[in-house]
Amino acid sequence: MVATRSPRRGLQWDQLRTVARTDLKQLAQARDYWIPMLILGGIFFVLVPTVLLLSLTRIGSVDAVAQLSQALEILPERAQAQIQGDSEPARAAYALAVYLFAPVAVVVPITISTAVGAATIVGERERGTGEFLAHSPAGIREIFYGKLAASLLPGYLTTIVGFGVYSLIVNTIVGPDVGGWFFPTPQWWVLMLWVVPPFLALTLALVLRLSARVKSTAAAQQSSALVSLPLIMIAYSQATGSLYGGDALAWYVGAAAWVLAAVALWRGVRSVTRARLLGVADEQ
Amino acid sequence: MQPAAVIQLDGVAKWFGPNPGLTDLDLRVPEGRITVLLGPNGAGKTTAIRMITGAFRPDAGSVRVFGVDPDEDGDDVRRRCGVVSAKPSLYDRLSGWDNLRYSAELHGLGSGAHVDERIRAAADRFGIREALDQQVGGYSTGMKTRLALARSVLHEPELLLYDEPTSGLDPESSHAVLELVREMTADGTTVVMCTHLLHEAQGLADQVVVMQDGTDVVSGAPGELARRFWPHDVVRIGAEDPAGLDLLARVPGVVAYERRDGVAEVRLDDLARVPDLVAALTGAGVRITRVEPHEPSLEQLYFAIRQGAGRSRLGAVEGSTV
Repeated sequence: MVATRSPRRGLQWDQLRTVARTDLKQLAQARDYWIPMLILGGIFFVLVPTVLLLSLTRIGSVDAVAQLSQALEILPERAQAQIQGDSEPARAAYALAVYLFAPVAVVVPITISTAVGAATIVGERERGTGEFLAHSPAGIREIFYGKLAASLLPGYLTTIVGFGVYSLIVNTIVGPDVGGWFFPTPQWWVLMLWVVPPFLALTLALVLRLSARVKSTAAAQQSSALVSLPLIMIAYSQATGSLYGGDALAWYVGAAAWVLAAVALWRGVRSVTRARLLGVADEQ
Repeated sequence: MQPAAVIQLDGVAKWFGPNPGLTDLDLRVPEGRITVLLGPNGAGKTTAIRMITGAFRPDAGSVRVFGVDPDEDGDDVRRRCGVVSAKPSLYDRLSGWDNLRYSAELHGLGSGAHVDERIRAAADRFGIREALDQQVGGYSTGMKTRLALARSVLHEPELLLYDEPTSGLDPESSHAVLELVREMTADGTTVVMCTHLLHEAQGLADQVVVMQDGTDVVSGAPGELARRFWPHDVVRIGAEDPAGLDLLARVPGVVAYERRDGVAEVRLDDLARVPDLVAALTGAGVRITRVEPHEPSLEQLYFAIRQGAGRSRLGAVEGSTV
């Protein structure tokens, strides 16, 4: 028997990846999780845009074009100047594709990741597997960040894939009327790669914190909705604003969100303890 | 010379809000031996295990495992421990293989052919290899326990902590599990096992620690504890005419005599007196039907200790030589 005392260690990436990969593998086995996830992505990124854009460009719904054209007048001048297309239906379809679907990019990942994240820690406790993790050499930080990654990836991947499909749909339907492929615009790239991820991380940091503290998955889902809804609204407004505003605005919004996310992630780790994994909430 | 202590708990207390988990636990677990924590539900056995792995932080007292404090060096302590809890703590949606691989990777074994080989060897040892590709959700209780046991030894730990490992198993599976526990000490592994089933501890324990209300009531080797509670050898003698046995009360060397249900229970100052007893009886024309030395079972010991604990705390047996 040898007494050892190790120096303080940095983040153990191997353990983090192992925790994340195992959670994702379990998620892949759970149809009841990923089928609604696909349906949600399909509705927001495929069904709704296809129907709306086709009704504008092919069916030529006069009322819809008129209403949309009116709505476009309230957009900032800078945004209005960027709208392409020679005809009213084409301009309306362009505006719809570029500006009005921005919330989709926020709603889908946050909704999916929140659903996964809410159950992640309390679920370990409910299934009794928290006991295994509590007695394992996995560090608390590695467990927290591993679970965060496993919650973030399904939502973000669905969004990225959905974004790709959405781009194809938009370019195929609206492209011919506005002079060719135009999507994604530079603002959308910034939105997807710089603004959405920190909002997602911020939401998940709060959701995982709740998941560590509540007594059941049902309670975690309820509480998470309370957290994620305001965040969706904030992210919605910020994402929309970053599209309407100049390039710099999107970068500022993203930077602010990254700072908030970093603080939330740093503080979130403290909410997970081995005692909580074991279901003992009131350790002194 | 006493083996080195792998675990040393001194005056450990742990409270959960107003409820005591441990009140004043002293525990010394020698290296390479099987220590059984015995006690009723709520005695603090599981809390003691959780304290040893550093999952819980003590409110008072000190915990040393492998010479270090698991609250500070918990990851290193846990890397050297294999734990099986009362519920197997397995991921039902994963296959048996994936459950084992998860544990192997968290314990830093990495991945690759050498880990696959270890997984197969551990599964073979516990007779679970054929089911490794199935989802654990479809396993029987016995299979889950076997898989949990295989997982606990995968990384070749120095210390095994088993919290009621036979919970929910049929007698045959329980017996097999206990045999495996015994085997594992053959290579020098230290085992701490919690149970409230006395027959499990019988014949398995090198050291017994009886716990009650969050504290150790008494600890020591079963033989030593029996000697402490029954300092004299006991012989049970039967005869065709039980009344004829009563003359034994006057035979030199008999410390106490009692006849119950036609059998005499005789306490002697030395087991070497037995031939004298037989000679006295046959000399008086008593036809003997049985003579058997009686070793108290762990169950009798346990209840004797628990009764004693109701009156006063006995303390650990001095000079335990387990």
